[in-house]
Amino acid sequence: MTLAYPTASNAAHPPRLSPAYKSTVKRSPAKPLIVMRHTLTELTGPVYGHETVRDGDNDLTTQHKGEPLGERIIVHGHVLDEEGRGVPNTLLEIWQANSCGRYIHVRDQHPAPLDPNFTGAGRAQTDAQGYYRFVTVKPGAYPWGNHHNAWRPAHIHFSVFGHAFISRLVTQMYFPGDPLFPFDPIFNSVTDANARTRMISAFDLENTEPEWALCYRFNIVLRGRNATPMET
Amino acid sequence: MPETKVKGITPSQTVGPFFAYGLTPTGRYDWNDAFSNNLVTVDATGERIRIEGRVFDGDGQPVPDCMLEIWQADAQGRFADPKDKRAMPNSKFRGFGRCGTDGNGGYAFDTIKPGSVPDPDGKPQAPHILLAIFARGMLLHNFTRIYLDGEAANASDPVLALVPADRRATLIAKREASGSNAIYHLDIHLQGDNETVFFEI
Repeated sequence: MTLAYPTASNAAHPPRLSPAYKSTVKRSPAKPLIVMRHTLTELTGPVYGHETVRDGDNDLTTQHKGEPLGERIIVHGHVLDEEGRGVPNTLLEIWQANSCGRYIHVRDQHPAPLDPNFTGAGRAQTDAQGYYRFVTVKPGAYPWGNHHNAWRPAHIHFSVFGHAFISRLVTQMYFPGDPLFPFDPIFNSVTDANARTRMISAFDLENTEPEWALCYRFNIVLRGRNATPMET
Repeated sequence: MPETKVKGITPSQTVGPFFAYGLTPTGRYDWNDAFSNNLVTVDATGERIRIEGRVFDGDGQPVPDCMLEIWQADAQGRFADPKDKRAMPNSKFRGFGRCGTDGNGGYAFDTIKPGSVPDPDGKPQAPHILLAIFARGMLLHNFTRIYLDGEAANASDPVLALVPADRRATLIAKREASGSNAIYHLDIHLQGDNETVFFEI
């Protein structure tokens, strides 16, 4: 499949300088980016072996002796291109705080308990239709130092590759109806309201497993559309 | 699967400060690494090189919570991706590497010097490595390229030619004196007087 990657699609992304999120002030480019044509380097990307994702890597609740505390959830969906076609065999990596809002990372000092049964990292590869599925616990909200009384809405970090290195995406999946949305400068760094909603998962009753776990659906749309003769 | 109606791509968000245990655990966490900063496979032909440097912010402070990813061709200029319709690589060389910066903002990749890859007009490009930079405070990763000091082809590279002459040096890793394998040094400046050239792709 030959895909084209219109740069206009990048308008959905947040501006790199978003001063309400203070860390962007000294880490965003001040000089203009150089526009260039896409070459084979940008239009190809890594392919992974079967060893990249091991059995069970998509279940964050079974990595330790016991089960983690918190609300067990299923997170699933499709990785799609800009024309809605599934992106097959692509790698997803997720990482998240535990149900108390604490990351296992050594530098997270939030005084909420760590859970010895939860690391918070997972991997999955999409199937031939672009479908993926994780089992995890719902992460807690947590405070951060950006401004007075700053709290991040509950979120799961996603890293996705796609058809080419140019479609590489790191994003965050949010949960529907979070009361912290209006106050979060990272969520609101995405200036287009419709684009913001594409980062919010949908509660999925149909795939909620009775007596076991709520389900959320999160489709991820990566850059890439069918190349037409006009575009090549 | 039937096509799903989509209304635009999923926006990017920062990798945040706490990605290491998931993306670059390197033995420090109870999780395995999917990727490493050593791309060299035993069967890969070509000149072994190391590329190293540090990442700095707009105040000149090192960035210790940064992740760098590289993507490159093999020594013959072929990508380990079936979409590269030319001759497929005949080695296990994957061409992809990932490295988290250390407490001093330092990074290093051990790899193979890439061969020449054509541009869309079939014109040869100088050997180069595509680099994506992720960090806390970066809502969207930056793309840049690493070129190698002393390559005659740099003078006619069509992408370098797009860059104002006084900024080209930010893309060219300097070769350092070394005993065995070649070592190239390239610092990344996210902002400031020596700001690295980033590409809009």
